[in-house]
Amino acid sequence: MFVQYAKSFLLYDIVKGLLLTLKYMFFMPRVTINYPYEKGPISPRFRGEHALRRYPNGEERCIACKLCEAICPALAITIEAEPREDGSRRTTRYDIDMTKCIYCGLCAEACPVDAIVEGPNFEFSTETREELYYNKDKLLENGDKWEAQIAANLVADAPYR
Amino acid sequence: MSPEFMNIYVIPGAMMLLHIGVLVGAVIGAVAYMTYAERKVMGAMQRRQGPMLVGPFGLLQPIADGIKLLSKETIVPTQSNKPVFIIAPILLFMLALVSWVVIPVSAKLVVADLNVGILFLFAVSSMGVYGIIMAGWASNSKYAFLGAMRSASQMISYEVSMGLIIVNVLLVTGSLNLTEIVLADRPVWMQVLLFPMLIVFIISILAETNRAPFDLPEGESEITGGFMVEYSSMSYALFFLGEYANMILMSALTVVLFLGGWLPPFGIEALSVVPEIIWFVLKTCLILFVFIWARATFPRYRYDQLMRLGWKIFLPLTLLWVVLVSGILVYTDSLPQ
Repeated sequence: MFVQYAKSFLLYDIVKGLLLTLKYMFFMPRVTINYPYEKGPISPRFRGEHALRRYPNGEERCIACKLCEAICPALAITIEAEPREDGSRRTTRYDIDMTKCIYCGLCAEACPVDAIVEGPNFEFSTETREELYYNKDKLLENGDKWEAQIAANLVADAPYR
Repeated sequence: MSPEFMNIYVIPGAMMLLHIGVLVGAVIGAVAYMTYAERKVMGAMQRRQGPMLVGPFGLLQPIADGIKLLSKETIVPTQSNKPVFIIAPILLFMLALVSWVVIPVSAKLVVADLNVGILFLFAVSSMGVYGIIMAGWASNSKYAFLGAMRSASQMISYEVSMGLIIVNVLLVTGSLNLTEIVLADRPVWMQVLLFPMLIVFIISILAETNRAPFDLPEGESEITGGFMVEYSSMSYALFFLGEYANMILMSALTVVLFLGGWLPPFGIEALSVVPEIIWFVLKTCLILFVFIWARATFPRYRYDQLMRLGWKIFLPLTLLWVVLVSGILVYTDSLPQ
């Protein structure tokens, strides 16, 4: 009883709380990052924006097997294919509706030639819906842009696949 | 124009206007950077970074916020009492600035060296309740009304104990003039005797300025924004400025009453190379830090707890202290002449 009165009049708990926040202010590391300038670490398995890759000689990898289209649970991928003049099987249309995509990564897992992959880029928001309907050109462009990082990620993940 | 007229009215008048302008500018600047400091310190205490984007370390954030607030549309609710609705924030802001005239920033720097400075300050700060009541009533909104009611009763409750604490200080110093209060000779045992009153005073000014953990008048989680709920843009900014100017004023008052104003701390002569005004500002910042620190630490009081603390604990305690201090002063024959 007396101890309680003494504690409350000497502001025991109040001072304890104040010291705790002071400790947090000076001795604890920040948990937030300065986002647009600093970015958090990303796993090599990170599933971000899609990209269509090429072989080092510039030939596109995709052979239009349509396994990605078949496995896509959100039905986001649309592929049309025709033989090219040299007789090889290529896509004439490769669309991904990014608004439907659920970023499950099954397309990348299904692909036998590592053509469609999900890259490390997660900053591809747009101002209109239409810009998120990706076509083949856009996907190939992404592939060219992020190739270095995508290749490095694939190498890092290779032992576990 | 005759030279006497110039010398008696025009030049002193211009000097006074300049003085007031500098003071108002300083207070508004201090308010702006108080909001910045608050966000940064609270961020640090919650292991965040606070504003970082506008300017280096987000230093221009308060300016950006100010421009944003001023460029917004002022919304006046149709059901409100328009003149009162508009006057309320102006009154509150004006009163928060008026009190500054008697605060001695250094031995020479005081706009009006009133002999009843402390009474003037107390009277003006009590009038702040009118601004809040007017805002709450004129908004014609339930939340605003509840917030105003809470605010009024809270400020009146805590003013009683604040008044008694000031009586303690006045007993020791024997003057109502703030400059003389700072300069009054205070032995160490007297400082020790007044220390509990400093703590109670700091808690009381938290309640008086409606700050956390006593921010029931605003009470975002229960009555959304309290008396400010219907205000927007410039009128909201005035409330905001008034609230923070009041906080800084109350901190300055604490410094004047208890921490020796512009004098170097602990009476160390060597420290008086630093200009007086710097000491005053540093000490005020210390109290302001306590404001922010308390906000980052404590949850809000319940209303009955707030009233219990004010009337059942602080009032008897300060009353007891008045008796104690005056008893000791009479017994040791050290009452100021």
